Formats: sequence, structure tokens, C-alpha cells
Amino acid sequence: MTTDLRPSRNGPPPASPAPARPGPPPTWRSRLARLDVKGAPYAFISPFYLVFLVFGAFPLVYTLWVSLHDWELASGTRKFVGLDNYDYLLSDADFWHATVNTLGIFALSTVPQLVLALLIANTLNRRMRLPTLFRIGMVAPLVTSTAAVAIVFTQMFDKDWGMINWAIGLVGIDPINWSSSRGWSWAAIAMMVDWRWTGYNALIYLAAMQAIPKDLYEAAAIDGASRLRQFWQITVPMLRPTIIFTVIISTIGGLQLFTEPVLFSVGTPNKMDGGPMHQFQTITMYMYDNAFGHDRYGYGATVAWALFVMIIVFSLINFLAVRRTGGTK
Amino acid sequence: MRAIMRRGLSTAMAAVLVGGLAVACGGDDDKGGSDGGPVELTVDVFGEPGYDALYKQYEQSHPNVKIKQRKVSTLDEYKPRIQQWMATGSGAGDVVMLEEGILPLYMQQKAKFLDLFDYGGKDLEKNFLPWKWQAGVTPDGKQLIGLGTDVGPLAMCYRTDLFKKAGLPTDRAEVGKLWPTWDAFLSTGQKFQDKVPGTKWLDGPTAVFRATVLQNAGSGPGHSFFDKSENLVFDSNPAVKQAFDTSLKFETSKLTSDMSIFTPPWQTALKRDTFATLPCPSWMLGGIEEFSGPSGKGKWDVATTPGGSGYWGGSWLAVPKQTKHAKAAAELAEFLTSPEGQVGAFKAANVFPSSPQAAQDPAVAGAKSAYFNDAPIGQIFGQLVAAVKPVHLGPKNEDVRAAVENVLISVGQGRQKPDEAWTKSVDEAKKAAR
Repeated sequence: MTTDLRPSRNGPPPASPAPARPGPPPTWRSRLARLDVKGAPYAFISPFYLVFLVFGAFPLVYTLWVSLHDWELASGTRKFVGLDNYDYLLSDADFWHATVNTLGIFALSTVPQLVLALLIANTLNRRMRLPTLFRIGMVAPLVTSTAAVAIVFTQMFDKDWGMINWAIGLVGIDPINWSSSRGWSWAAIAMMVDWRWTGYNALIYLAAMQAIPKDLYEAAAIDGASRLRQFWQITVPMLRPTIIFTVIISTIGGLQLFTEPVLFSVGTPNKMDGGPMHQFQTITMYMYDNAFGHDRYGYGATVAWALFVMIIVFSLINFLAVRRTGGTK
Repeated sequence: MRAIMRRGLSTAMAAVLVGGLAVACGGDDDKGGSDGGPVELTVDVFGEPGYDALYKQYEQSHPNVKIKQRKVSTLDEYKPRIQQWMATGSGAGDVVMLEEGILPLYMQQKAKFLDLFDYGGKDLEKNFLPWKWQAGVTPDGKQLIGLGTDVGPLAMCYRTDLFKKAGLPTDRAEVGKLWPTWDAFLSTGQKFQDKVPGTKWLDGPTAVFRATVLQNAGSGPGHSFFDKSENLVFDSNPAVKQAFDTSLKFETSKLTSDMSIFTPPWQTALKRDTFATLPCPSWMLGGIEEFSGPSGKGKWDVATTPGGSGYWGGSWLAVPKQTKHAKAAAELAEFLTSPEGQVGAFKAANVFPSSPQAAQDPAVAGAKSAYFNDAPIGQIFGQLVAAVKPVHLGPKNEDVRAAVENVLISVGQGRQKPDEAWTKSVDEAKKAAR
């Protein structure tokens, strides 16, 4: 139903047959009608907020509550310990080790991923045959199951029987022990992440590029600017807000990296360890291992909150960077 | 349990997704059991306990009882579920399986389980190995929580074809004589690797560390990482240090492939000539058969373990207090763990009985394995398990063991200096036990 609240131009509104006298007592009906008009919008948007309250806000607060306890499910311990868990976290070498891993893998994966996505998008933005096919091909890695991707990659990176070591062996390089070395394991995981997300970012860039006015390029071409120069001086500056957006999204995703490293630890008995030296254990793995592996729900919740705060801080830094560079204009 | 430690690739994700609690089975509030009212009992297990035929048999002799089994394939998937059931006080089956790694944890919540002493458990002690029985009783001896199902007596499987290549004997009795001690096992391994350079002696450090800890602690103080009052004594217990040094020697001599059982690389290695010996709890035989496939038939054989005893794995059955049919559930648990029940489980799934009477039953004692050159597995495993001495395990036992194993593996991978490995292990043990 639609309610036209503006006075009709063709005579008096039909809904008020009585002449307007000051102060008639409002009837039940008109009250309901007013409530309908005023309340309906809230009712319409309420589902999201209700769902968020139940599945977002409540777990957030409850996790904070759990993190103030020595909380174990198997032994039934529920002891209030105040900020002890946070105190332990600050001096917990394993936690910081996991943080360094997470940021390291994040840096190794995000920078090449966004550069590559930009170049791919630029290529797809030209006139070409079968453009749709190529654009759909970009999202193919995204819709394949992460587990399948990880299994294939893990076999490729196998120390003794992996394709990659075989390939570099042809060139005469010694086999690399991908999973036991900290740096190489980060690189391998970063490749998995990039395989999955480069196309996604490329499509976002492509969408933004389509919105850049063509006459800019035409004018530049008349002035004799090369394609490369057009890319650097027109495309990249015009894409700045989009680039900032992808950086923020990648940050949030990258700090929560979980599936790829977990599946990369196929050779270790405890998948959440990220290798025997915890060489590629990320923050989320450390959280999961504490809560579900070692039955330290209180400490797991503490790690979860630390991660939450970290993501907020990083997003704020990004946001300020956006403001400074004028990306939101 | 066969496949106790098998880790499906999706386990991690599955465990995350299994957030929903299973719904408690709907039963009436009858105090069912022997008074004739219909009773439906749910049994929660993991792996393959081999109970299906026993359920049928029980339902025939107890026409008022219906049994439903809920099975998950790995302990990893099972752990979070049972944690939630016990914590929330609903959802658990009438009979639940507790593996050796998690039993000490639930001992701390003894109030949440029935005391089987009140249900005729007092007379059952003679049916079990003394240490298996003891582990199911609370430390104060007042409450019987779990009744033993199976044990994993630890033998040593070896590749006869590779032994031949190295000029070692291949007959299982002769092979057993090669390694009365772990040191002898180590020097045999060095000889082997000199002759067959492409193959490692062992798959990884896991079993060596497990077995040596149990052997040393059993013949020594009777506890390993935790003393009887649950204090971490990792760095002060000579039994642990000795076991660690033994295991470390295998790593520094580069005698292991640093693999973990049932992981995909390990499965691949099993099909190739990656390692020549593999410590074999009884449930491992099925694993070897499964992953080596037909090509491995006749290549493997079973000998005794260095040090002469050991076990790895095994479970208990317990009845949570939340059950609506306490009496009937206790009766079922007692039947499944009876000597007769354990023989039935062995026939179905090769899980080795924790009951001496069952182990002496011809169906078990006379069992041979065709895949393993007709090795008399019933006899070999029976001898090994009879020599086991009880060791007290703390609630965080498994956490400590896994942390130390990581250190051993990183020594083998050359990422950890051997002379700092002990200090590092003590640190890791403290962190794991907190």
C-alpha cells in the first residue's frame, strides 16, 4: 500500500470528510494510522537489526564476558579472573609470533595481489574478443572450494613429490622445504590466497574503470600520451577510492586468514599448530587451538577480542589514510 | 581404536560448523531397564568400535530395549561435541565413549557421570587389566566412571622386503631379537640406513616418545608428565627426560621421516619405500592395510616392540548423569565391555580387548592376519599388553605430549638445535599444561 502524505491538488483529501475544526479528539483509528506511518519504516528495517543483535552484538559481548574467566568446558571450570587473560596475552610469545605470521602472510599476499588485479583489470578493459568469457574466468577461482584449492596446492608444494620442487629441480635449484621453513611457507600460503582473491579484486577494479569517462583517454591520446602513461596518469588516480576500498577489505580478510594455513598443515598432527615450530600459525588458528583444542575458552575469547581490536585499529588507520589522500571525495 | 587419530582434511572446518547441538533423544520418563517398559538408548562413539552385531544380540535378549548408535569418524570431531554435551548438561547419549586422551579431563567432572559402582560395577574388576580398570576409577577410588573397551598394544611393523635388501633377518622372531632395547633398535636402524640410503628407518618420533614415556614411567614412578596430584613434573621426572633423550637420538641420527600418522604425506609414504618400520598399535594394522592397498600385502610383518611393552590408544564407556534411563544404560555399558562383548568387538573391528579373559579367548588369542604374512597378532599383542604397567595420566597429558612432539619434529627438520631441545620442550610443556 502507498500512503500519499502530500495534500492533494485536486480538492480536499478524501480521508477527511469532517471540516477541520480545532481540537477534535483523535480517534483510535487515526492513532493507528499515524503509528503505521511512523513505525512502518522501522518495522521494515528491523530484521537486519534483530539478526545482528542475536548473531553479532550478543556474541561480541558474551565473548568479552568469557574472556574475563578461566573458562573450561571439559573440566567445568568457570572462574572469574578479571584481566588476567589479557595480561598473559600481552607477554604471550606464541600470540605475538602468530601475529607476525598473520601480518607477514598478509603483506606477502595483498601487495602482489592488488598490483596483479590492477594489471589484469586494465587488460580486460580493452576491446577484445569474448570479453564476457574472460571476465567470468576471473571469478572461477573464487567459486572453487577453498579446501579443494588447498589440497591441490599442498600437493604441489610437497617437499619430496611436489610439482614445484620438480620444476625448479629441472633448472637445477635444490628442492625447497615449503612447509617447514617459515618464509617459504608464508609464500606458499600467500600464493593460495592470491589464486583465490586476485580475480575478485580485478573485477572490482574493472567495474570502476568502466566508469572512467572515455573522453579523458581520447584527449590524452590526442596529446600523444602512450598507453602506459594513460594508465598511470588517468586510470590509477581515478581508481584511488576503489583501491582504498580493496585495501580495507583485504585487510579485514587477511587478518582473519584461517582456512588456507589450516589446510596447508596436512603433515602435522594438530592442524591448528601451523607446523611444528608454529611457523605459519595465524591468529585465528591460535584462537581456535586454545578454545577448542586445549579447552581454554577464556583465553580463546581473549585472543578473539584482541583480533577484533586489531581489525578495528587497522581499519581506522586505513580510514584516516583515505581521508588524507582525499579518496572519499 | 582403529583410525583413532585419522584426521580428515575437512575436520577443522567441520568442527567449526558443528556448532549446533545434537538434539537429545526423545525417551519417556520411565525408569526403564528391567521393569519391562520400552527404552531407547543412544550410544555415542567415534571411529569403528565394532558394536553393530552386539547391539542386535542385546536387543534380542532385551526385547524392550532399542539401541541407536551415533558415530563420528574421528576423535577430533567427537571432542567438541562431547564437550558441549557435558557442559550444557543435555544432548549426550545414554552411553558415551571416552578415549584415553580425554578420560582424565572428564574425571574432573565426576559429578556429571553415573557411579557405576552403584550399578553392579563392584564385581567387574576381575574382567579388566588392572591398569585399565584403575584408569576408569576416580583418583580417590570412590566412583567408577568408565569401563574399559579396547587397548592399543604396541607392536613394531616392518617391511620384510626392505629388511632383506639391507641384509637383516626377516623372520619375526629373529627381528624381535634385533631390538631388545631402544638403543639396539637405534643401532639396527643406523645399519639399515647405511645399506638402504633412500629409506628412513622410522616414520616419525611420535610412537618412540609415547612408548618410551610409558615404559619408563611404568617401571619407575608410575606417572609421566603429571604426578598424582596433577602437578606438572615434566622437567623433574627422570622417566620423562630419559624418554625424551631416547627419542631425540632418533631425530639427531636422522632416522625418521618426521611424519605424523594418517596425514596425507604419511599415506603417500606408506605406498613408497619411505620408511622401513612403523610402530603398530593394534588398530594400526587396519590403517596399513587400507593405505598400502593390495600392493603392500605380504610386504609387512609384525614383531615385538623394543622395551617389551607399550600401548597407544583405547577407550572407556561411561554413562552421563543426564540420561533418562540410568539403569538400562549402565547395563548396556557393562554388556559391551564384558569379556564376551570385547571378543565380539575384536571380531568385528580388530580392536584389542582390555579384558584378559577376552584376550585369552581362542577367537582373539588365535587370530592371525593374512595381510601381515599370517602374523599371530592375537598372541603378539596379548603378550605386549600383558607387560604394560599402569601410568597415571593428567588431564592435560595429550596437550603436553603434542607440544613436545613438535619440538622433536623440528629437531629432525633442522629447525631446532638439539642441545636446546630439552629446554624448549620444558617451556612448551609448561605452556601446554597451563
